[in-house]
Amino acid sequence: MARTVILKIKRQDNPAAQPHWEEFELTWKPGMNVISSMMEIAANPVTRERKPTTSIAYDSNCLEEVCGSCAMLINGRARMACSALVDKLEQPITLEPFTKFPVIRDLQVDRSVLFENLKRVKAWVPVDGTYDLGSGPRVSPNEQEHAYPLSRCISCCCCMEACPQFNEKTGFVGAATIAQVRLFNQHPTGKALKHERLQALMGDGGIQECGYAQNCVEVCPKDIPLTTAIADTGREVIKQAFKDFFRS
Amino acid sequence: MAATKIPNIIVVGGGLAGLSASIKIAEAGGHVDLFSIVPVKRSHSVCAQGGINAAKNLKGEGDTTWQHFDDTVYGGDFLANQPPVKAMCDAAPGIIDLLDRMGVPFNRTPEGLLDFRRFGGTLYHRTAFAGATTGQQLLYALDEQVRRYESEGRVTKHEHWEFLSAVLDNQRACRGICAMDLRSMEVRTFPADALVVATGGIGAIFGKSTNSVVCTGTAQSALYQQGCYYANGEFIQVHPTSIPGEDKLRLMSESARGEGGRIWVPKKAGDKRDPKSIPEAERWYFLEEWYPKYGNLVTRDVATRAIHKVVYEYGLGIDGQPMVYLDLTHIDRATLDRKLEGILEIYEKFVGDDPRVTPMKIFPGMHYTMGGLWVDYNQATNIKGIYAAGECEFGYHGANRLGANSLVSCIWGGFVAGPQALLYAKNTATSTDGLSSNVFEAERKRQEDANAALINNQGTENPFRLWRELGELMTRNCTVIRYNKPLQETDAKLVELLERFDRVNLSDKSSWANTSFAFTRQLYNMLQLSRVIAQGAAMRNESRGAHYKPEFPERDDKNWLKTTKAYFAPDADEPRFEFEPVDISLIPPRPRRYDMAK
Repeated sequence: MARTVILKIKRQDNPAAQPHWEEFELTWKPGMNVISSMMEIAANPVTRERKPTTSIAYDSNCLEEVCGSCAMLINGRARMACSALVDKLEQPITLEPFTKFPVIRDLQVDRSVLFENLKRVKAWVPVDGTYDLGSGPRVSPNEQEHAYPLSRCISCCCCMEACPQFNEKTGFVGAATIAQVRLFNQHPTGKALKHERLQALMGDGGIQECGYAQNCVEVCPKDIPLTTAIADTGREVIKQAFKDFFRS
Repeated sequence: MAATKIPNIIVVGGGLAGLSASIKIAEAGGHVDLFSIVPVKRSHSVCAQGGINAAKNLKGEGDTTWQHFDDTVYGGDFLANQPPVKAMCDAAPGIIDLLDRMGVPFNRTPEGLLDFRRFGGTLYHRTAFAGATTGQQLLYALDEQVRRYESEGRVTKHEHWEFLSAVLDNQRACRGICAMDLRSMEVRTFPADALVVATGGIGAIFGKSTNSVVCTGTAQSALYQQGCYYANGEFIQVHPTSIPGEDKLRLMSESARGEGGRIWVPKKAGDKRDPKSIPEAERWYFLEEWYPKYGNLVTRDVATRAIHKVVYEYGLGIDGQPMVYLDLTHIDRATLDRKLEGILEIYEKFVGDDPRVTPMKIFPGMHYTMGGLWVDYNQATNIKGIYAAGECEFGYHGANRLGANSLVSCIWGGFVAGPQALLYAKNTATSTDGLSSNVFEAERKRQEDANAALINNQGTENPFRLWRELGELMTRNCTVIRYNKPLQETDAKLVELLERFDRVNLSDKSSWANTSFAFTRQLYNMLQLSRVIAQGAAMRNESRGAHYKPEFPERDDKNWLKTTKAYFAPDADEPRFEFEPVDISLIPPRPRRYDMAK
């Protein structure tokens, strides 16, 4: 018998609907990943019990693990579907949407909270304008090698899904945003907004909600030094809080 | 129009071109409604790896913007109108400085200056880079600036909305767009004083390509069907080095060769030895042998055809498969990690081998369209009020794009299109306020009727299977090597696929986040645009840049130094063609050769 791949997918028709599971059995091919499996299902939407169904709704775009779209729970772990190679996964392969973000449909969730957080911490370099104003500040190779890994964050939100503190009760901002604060606060021009960014990380949902579980750094598909960024930024927030206290 | 009214510009597409246009418009005081299928930070520009070209001449080589201009025109086999290309190359060093000021973590020299690497089609170190994820880093920098404007209320994002069509008034001028919410599936019109289209590539037409899922060309095709000219559609770039995959062809950046990567095959057909154990004398570095001056850094069209030849004519693909080695193993690990980590990681993750230790197996894959919406030197299409920038337009790359020129053309195109659209809005456009609501209502109804017809359609065709057939057909006949008979058969087959599309049956008829419905709408537009590509290729009886016909192996400037302009004939439901002379006012055409210095 031809080798097959079994997928168990948690489905939900809309935000208000009850979730349910469906199983699929696909013919194995070399080099399959979770996305190509779902493409197969779209071309032949039939469950393992031979019941006609609909194609799976999921977010995806680049399929090279750089756009951050296709994050989901695969065998219970937060990761990107495009780089989840079928041959390296235990079967049946279970696919579920993230649990800490509102479900749109099937495996699609609403992760806009991260982009709102990036707005709150002013994650940008405040340039004067886009006209030709000459070259940028000199940056040593050493500084570049510190900034670059932080700048590779793909906003997939895996770190937030995996974090025990990221929930409605704490309102924790999550590791990804804190790492961006670290990135912009060390930039020669980005520094100008340093105190505002640190202040945005104080109070409810701020950096002090971090419980040092270290799940974030473990699931990050880009190996971003998240816990180091949190520790560094945490110290800066405390310094800023002291300054603010004595100034007021 | 009241002087106090803030012009409102719609930008469709949130990649480098769309974000560049948005920033320029917001900075100059306009308001932007920014539409994107995906959150803009997830746009396809993130996939660009190797770098961005600008003649900064920081390596003491005497590089100049004129040299960059000449390389670009020469690399494009003289098909590009020259004045806009010159303007882009002149602006490029300033663009790099701007990106640097915005915080892009470009690689640095020991002194803290920008580092530059070599890329294909030039002999200069002209490519600035941020590791091997330059596109990602550039997109993020612009995304951050747009987020800043968003927080100030000057940009309003409409993410998860898909552009369906332009709203045209009775004078055929653009007054806004009709779009669909990809979650609620609601169809709505949005008024605007001008429109900038920055909707990227068309990779999905070829089934598997290096492009992202959203790169279907649906918006360009919709506009073509509404009356926009589509230019040079037959010029499709096939990247020499991609990693074949089940779901897509992943790009292996040209920067791998820019940093010294070498392409080779074993001299003996079917050699099954471990590549590391094959002695130098038994390897064939065919690019270095055939093109001693440029070596592994010949242009993409030249490298792609060479690999094709070695695999299909000489039968020397690795282990009999359509693959050749791209070898980095002679370069030390620290250098590779510093300059190429992002792409090595992709290969490691998706193939499972470490390219620092084992030569990579690669093969050409569809990568880029040089053709696109026809625009003038101000990025204006032939429909009043519609501008285009980035890969969706045809302006900068002629018959073949040089590596690391796409990022600069996206940003430059946006920097021209944004201000031009704003100028049009201020000077030419009459306000949409007084416009009869009929034109908006009529367009909305046209799109809703099309949606209703599609969702209720009864038939037996699965859209995803039709798409596979389309991709295989286009890849087989409209990529590296083209013959007239199969090209004509391709068009006949496309007509058949369009007929079968009428019998498409959606497995999902729901009206919430129906992704297969949205895809099927795109598929129709892909089929229409495919005919422009196939027919354009059939007509052009010469070889130029990426367009290669063994039946007509030479460039024919006498008959074909022309821009192909396709327009849609609605009555016949098919493309018609016109040809326009190329503006060669700055550099007279000369033969293009890469086996010797220019």
